[in-house]
Amino acid sequence: MTFTGRRLFDRIFSGLAISSIVLLTVALVVFLAPIAVRGTRAFVFRGTVEWRELMLQKFGRGDRAALEVEQRLVQAARQPIYALLDQFQNEELPRLKPKQRREFKESLDELQKALEELLGPRPGAPSKPVWRDQYGQTRWDRAELKAQHVLFKEVYDYSDPTRMGQKKLVPRDEDFRGTPLEPLFSYIREHLVEMLRPQWTVYWRFLFDESYDAHFFGGIWPEVLGTVYLTVGAMLFAIPMGVIAAIYLVEYARDGWKVGVLRTFINTLAGVPSIVFGLFGLALFINTLHVSRSKSVLAGSLTLALLVLPMVIRAAEEAIRAVPRTYKEAALSLGASKWRTVLTVILPAALPGILTGIVISMGRAAGETAPIIFTAAVSVGRPLDLWQVFSEGSPALPWNIYNLATEHEAVDEIRHVQFGMVLTLVALVLLLNVAAIVMRARISKKLRG
Amino acid sequence: MNHASLARPGGMRSRQSLILSKRASRTQRLAALAGELVLLLITCSSVLAVLFIFYFIAADAIPFFHSRGFREFFTSTQWYPSAQQPAFGSLAMFFGSFLVTSGAALVAVPLGVFAAVCLSDILPFALRQVVKPVIEILAAIPSVAFGFFALVIFAPVLQQSGGPLLALGGWLVGVPVGLLLLVAADQWIGRMLGQARRPTVRLLLVGLLAAGLAGALWLLHQRLYHMQISSGANALNVSVILGIMALPTVVSVSEDALQAVGRELREGSYALGATRAETLLKVVLPAASSGIAAAVILGVMRAIGETMVVWMASGNAAQIPSPWYNLLEPVRTLTATIAGDMGEADHVTGSARYHVLFAMALCLLVISFALNMVSELAVRRARRKLRGE
Repeated sequence: MTFTGRRLFDRIFSGLAISSIVLLTVALVVFLAPIAVRGTRAFVFRGTVEWRELMLQKFGRGDRAALEVEQRLVQAARQPIYALLDQFQNEELPRLKPKQRREFKESLDELQKALEELLGPRPGAPSKPVWRDQYGQTRWDRAELKAQHVLFKEVYDYSDPTRMGQKKLVPRDEDFRGTPLEPLFSYIREHLVEMLRPQWTVYWRFLFDESYDAHFFGGIWPEVLGTVYLTVGAMLFAIPMGVIAAIYLVEYARDGWKVGVLRTFINTLAGVPSIVFGLFGLALFINTLHVSRSKSVLAGSLTLALLVLPMVIRAAEEAIRAVPRTYKEAALSLGASKWRTVLTVILPAALPGILTGIVISMGRAAGETAPIIFTAAVSVGRPLDLWQVFSEGSPALPWNIYNLATEHEAVDEIRHVQFGMVLTLVALVLLLNVAAIVMRARISKKLRG
Repeated sequence: MNHASLARPGGMRSRQSLILSKRASRTQRLAALAGELVLLLITCSSVLAVLFIFYFIAADAIPFFHSRGFREFFTSTQWYPSAQQPAFGSLAMFFGSFLVTSGAALVAVPLGVFAAVCLSDILPFALRQVVKPVIEILAAIPSVAFGFFALVIFAPVLQQSGGPLLALGGWLVGVPVGLLLLVAADQWIGRMLGQARRPTVRLLLVGLLAAGLAGALWLLHQRLYHMQISSGANALNVSVILGIMALPTVVSVSEDALQAVGRELREGSYALGATRAETLLKVVLPAASSGIAAAVILGVMRAIGETMVVWMASGNAAQIPSPWYNLLEPVRTLTATIAGDMGEADHVTGSARYHVLFAMALCLLVISFALNMVSELAVRRARRKLRGE
């Protein structure tokens, strides 16, 4: 073995170890960056005139006079489109032979549908029951996409049997070549901005608005509130149980088989898969104890409490162990009883450490999905009042992220809501953790003196 | 203690009393004992919870085994729970869980152990304080957020440019493995030629080997680069994400194990002239092996029990991929089946369809319990070993 060889090996080894840390950090950034960027677009985006109309009509927010001025401008910009459509329908179509007319009819219907999705119903058209049919595109990014649907149609090419159908975009104006409708497409291409008037909008109420029309509009307040209820509820059960168990384990139990058994059980509880907690919560709290007739926040909180209990116990145990022995000895030598020592000396000294653990556990409880699927989470719901938590299920951020991303009728149309929810959840959990990290840094500084 | 309390001979109500009559001390002792008993009872609630979990899951699982037996459940891949003639063969799900977990372990174990080594022995203190929060943040991110990432961001990327990504992965794995191989080969060649001392021959041999390895890597790159992935929601996607999720557990537990080895062993090794890599590989890692084994087991447990990521991004196809190690095909795991099928089974509580999910949960529970026991044994062994030395 030569010396250079050994040194080279040492270098390579260190390099590999450091690159693993780099890879880890890169993974975190690759994960967080798109969520942060696209999640922010739920709060800050370019809203069209349809957005301002919706806000004024449904929520009573915004300036009526300014909107009216804007609407007049927009209607003027849209007028040529409707004029062209009318001209085509009333003058050109009746002139054609029935067969040709039928051919045009289909293309025309498609075009009108795409236009209505982009701009909303024509002024004076009968009003529709669903919100998303009452307005055009409220967000500029979506509007640009819908404009593409107006200008192009998607055609699948199956000519090559060995491959999957290839998507192709065919300009729609080919269907109407030579008719009065042909100029319509270039008009839309050039005047999209005037027709929708995008403006940067800050929608901070995304957090505090209820959702409407299956999350197409409004915010995520029911989910946020449900998550808060579930988390706080879980901690209400888990904190007393966990802290007391930690006190017992550190201060009272003598190291023996009893502690060994207790610890084994706590570790086992920590290792139970979260989905099993969900089934257990369903079987015990709802089907056996009947804490509520069906899903309820209470049942979910109890299940989550069991899930985070081992975390709370471990954190509290560590914090209590970190209290210097001298504190305890001083208290005991002053004649205080053991109980009194624990309550007035040890617990206050360990409190910051215990709080750190509690805050981290809260983050865990807030983000867990599997335990609440069967016990607490519902897909659609209004924000609950406090007394309803005993009897009713609630939407919650983790569950609704899953639900909107996989089971929603129009998954692609509400990506911004999904990303907004994920950002909210991740930000909530990270804030809790950062608070814990800062708190712990302070404590260790204090202990070091 | 003032005179007033001394003057009161009963002293029962005064806690500060030094005069302990027999009755008073007995009451106090009884009260303390009762208090301790209450504490013990509350502490036992976690024991109770575990027992209850086993009881309630088993109580709903046993009816299934009672009515349908064990054979079909464990050996068949026919999963048609809602058919006229229902079939509950769950082998495919067991296999899916196994495949995804092994994939996650392949990602998490090398990366995690290297990262732990780096944290405990290589990085200076100040940098360590920066890196640790990164790992904590990674551990804190909710699983549903990872699932969302896997489904909405990672899966489309994998589907569209899967080939280049796979090639990148090939380089990420191939370069370190190749380097290590090369160094090992160099040592071996050196030992073979040791007496002859012909540096040119040695250089030539190592150079040839390096060229061969580079060529092999390039071929691998070519092969992977032109691969097509038909669906981004597959076992590979889930394995990578699960591996990243399991990383913090592996890192922090193995780092604890490495720290527990202590300075003396390391200093002894350095004093004998070993380099850092040699110290770590030949002294520290063997001494910490039990603790690292525990870390790996805990990481694997996290991957087995994970629900949301696999439910959202594994494709949920109840089939065994062909060939069985093909990570590019969709799979379905036990956890995802429980989560996904409960919604439909819920309404007909009492049917085999409902109980089969509890049977799966029982299997998961038993597996994680067994793994937990093994990891605890490993930890205990590690502690005994270090104390013994």
